[in-house]
Amino acid sequence: MSHTGRNIVIGGEAGQGLVTIGQMLTKALIRSGYEVVVSQDYMSRVRGGHNTYSIRVHDAPIAAPAEAMDVLVALNQETVSLHKHELADGGIVILDAGLDPEGTKAVPVPFKDLSPRPIFENVAALGVLGSLLGVDRPTMEGLVRETFGKKGDEVVGQNMKVLDDAWKWAEAHRASCAALPAPKGPKGRMMLHGNEAIALGALAAGVKFCSFYPMTPATSVAQELITKGRKLGVVVEQAEDEIAAINMALGATYAGAKALVPTSGGGFALMTEGVSLAGVMEAPVVIVLAQRPGPATGLPTRTEQADLNLALYAGHGEFPRAILAPATIEDCFHLTHAAFDLTERFQTPVFVLTDQYLSDSYRAVVPFDLDALPPVAEPDFSPGGGPKFKRYKRYELTESGVSPRKVPGFTETLVLADCHEHTEQGNITEDADLRNAMNDKRLRKGEGLRALCIPPRVSDDANPDLLLVCWGSSEGPVAEAAELLRDRGRSVGVMSFTQVWPLDPAQFLPALQAAKEVVCVEGNATGQFARLLRQETGFEVSRTLLRYDGRIFTPKWLAERLE
Amino acid sequence: MDIEVYGEYKKTSWCPGCGNHDVMKAVRQALAGLDLAPNRVAHVSGIGQAAKAPHYIDLNGFNGLHGRGLPPAQAIKLCNPELTVIAQSGDGCNYGEGGNHFLAAIRRNVDMTLLVHDNQIYGLTKGQASPTTPEGQITKSQPDGVRNAPFNPVAVAVAMKCSFVARSFSGNTPHLVKMIQLAIQHKGFALVDLFSPCVSFNKVNTFGWYKQRCQELPEDHDPTDWAAAMQVAQEFGERIPVGVIYRNDRPPLDASLPVLQKGPLGRQPVDRDGLRALMQSYT
Repeated sequence: MSHTGRNIVIGGEAGQGLVTIGQMLTKALIRSGYEVVVSQDYMSRVRGGHNTYSIRVHDAPIAAPAEAMDVLVALNQETVSLHKHELADGGIVILDAGLDPEGTKAVPVPFKDLSPRPIFENVAALGVLGSLLGVDRPTMEGLVRETFGKKGDEVVGQNMKVLDDAWKWAEAHRASCAALPAPKGPKGRMMLHGNEAIALGALAAGVKFCSFYPMTPATSVAQELITKGRKLGVVVEQAEDEIAAINMALGATYAGAKALVPTSGGGFALMTEGVSLAGVMEAPVVIVLAQRPGPATGLPTRTEQADLNLALYAGHGEFPRAILAPATIEDCFHLTHAAFDLTERFQTPVFVLTDQYLSDSYRAVVPFDLDALPPVAEPDFSPGGGPKFKRYKRYELTESGVSPRKVPGFTETLVLADCHEHTEQGNITEDADLRNAMNDKRLRKGEGLRALCIPPRVSDDANPDLLLVCWGSSEGPVAEAAELLRDRGRSVGVMSFTQVWPLDPAQFLPALQAAKEVVCVEGNATGQFARLLRQETGFEVSRTLLRYDGRIFTPKWLAERLE
Repeated sequence: MDIEVYGEYKKTSWCPGCGNHDVMKAVRQALAGLDLAPNRVAHVSGIGQAAKAPHYIDLNGFNGLHGRGLPPAQAIKLCNPELTVIAQSGDGCNYGEGGNHFLAAIRRNVDMTLLVHDNQIYGLTKGQASPTTPEGQITKSQPDGVRNAPFNPVAVAVAMKCSFVARSFSGNTPHLVKMIQLAIQHKGFALVDLFSPCVSFNKVNTFGWYKQRCQELPEDHDPTDWAAAMQVAQEFGERIPVGVIYRNDRPPLDASLPVLQKGPLGRQPVDRDGLRALMQSYT
């Protein structure tokens, strides 16, 4: 297989079934033991428009989408016209025999003959793709049986026949496309995207309440908890707006339930007063902020990393917070789990900052080992402590800044959570000394958060000439771009931050200073993280490499600009 | 329950003569009469003069943001159904800043009580029109008179078939105590719009003004008759009816969630076997 593996792109209008084909093919590839990176490029509409579902498949681990298309499945003419120049050398187009291949190396498929009705064309396309790529046939058959099983034996039988006919038809055309090499990955892996992994991480941490207002690309976090988490005892409430969503979550954690709030930039902007409330009330809450390009509605279904500053500074007044930025699907799980521990431990908002690319990107993921997870902090559910039927010191001044957090109803003492500056018991105060003592107490928790911050992942290259700095989902493409450059003889290292706040310069400043050139790669137009690094360390990167057209970083795009 | 258990706070930031003093007295009496221990109640508020209530009574308290008392109040009930949840706040908080939450709470129908101190003015910010200030009333910020038509919370709530709708007046403590108790006992979202006159910033809707107008509903008013309730809800003039205007027995949201039958969510353990099985569904 080539260095980049095989890139299969399905293109068409929304509603034509490209996602169905993509999902089933991806699952078949993962079940067979291949590595995949799925990227979904869609327009903000339910019907029409031009969308693509890209599956990069490889027999070895991969971490980024590719650009050049080895197999383009064109569900309409527009797909051929738009993408014919993006075909790799030897790339083929699979299209209906009635469409014009426009001079490409094409496999025209008589879909109408292979499908008794148009509804079967997706399965026919799967049969052709499975055969051309050399996917294990029993695996694909099992998947078709599973997918249509609920609709009864007759429907299963019809689909199996279509699959069989399409497979046989394609066998006659095998010469036009080299089959995939044998897979090497383990069996039993999950087909999981970022938002699903976040939902699983939250469940593993004991999330009990999720309040949300639907917003792309964050909605599927809540959706996973609704369809799959409910059985595990989670209450999910669709709120009237994002303001209600975050305020509900604060009510939930006050009542002792771990709470999650998924949203995107515009929705999060509405939540900012609630973030400030969580700060002064010292209420735990995990906010999943799945970024998409702004300002305002921007490019609503595409990707960007431009809300770092928003997450950093959201909420009036000064209070601590932590911002975790997963780079991989595994990170989405583990960092969400960690976010619940941090927010419970320090009683202040914690963010999981992702983006549309990671939210929607499917990969092959080994099921998580739940027994290996560290414990998650809990509030004090004990019945003892505090005066009976009087307020205990909810905001007791302590050295760490963390006060005992009791839960109303679990004890005879009373819990008063308050939004003003307050006394240790939670009552309104205007006292200047107490104000300072309380503000200092809250900010001391920031030091505790800093002491636990996750160091950046740094590649093995000792003292590279070029050090690429990135955060969040850019890690995969940046790491592969570094490999491309190394192949060309360059000395390149990668430093990837999965926690972007707070930062501990001792963890990374020496490495930054040792590199000859430091380039910060970010999916925004102003180099927000590079500025944050300078603010916190005084270190200025040599330059930034920024993308803000709503499109995903690819290794090729990066390597071309780093030559 | 001895009324002393809820504490008595002589020092408040409310003016002498403010209706809120009487409301707090009524709340204490209502809770004592229902034998509700202070730790079994979650008392939620937003911002405004009325919203300071959690600081002046010994109950579990959550003093949240302006307009945002209802979302946490509902979530508390959805996370711990064993708590009695009461929200208290003013007309600006609930009908202005939090208007969307008010509508949503009626629809959601979580078992809780909302006490709205309705003084038809903004007190904390010193005298601007509130959503319930009558059209034409001159205020500091509306020197030519209020141009907006007033919001009728009771009519809106009845129109939306809110589970329980009552109106009362701080100047009639026994009536107010009764309304609060009925609201708490009702299974579902219960609104009590209670007049609590502002002695400093509303010189029109005074204690005397309300006292003259508030008349208890006749005994033959049937609160389960929606059409009759709609008629009553629109009466707001020389006579203002007080009492239980409307109620129905729509089951509350919290009663329909199986997970809540197992008690408070906070202490329910992580179902690791269930989660393992869930992960298998992605393979």
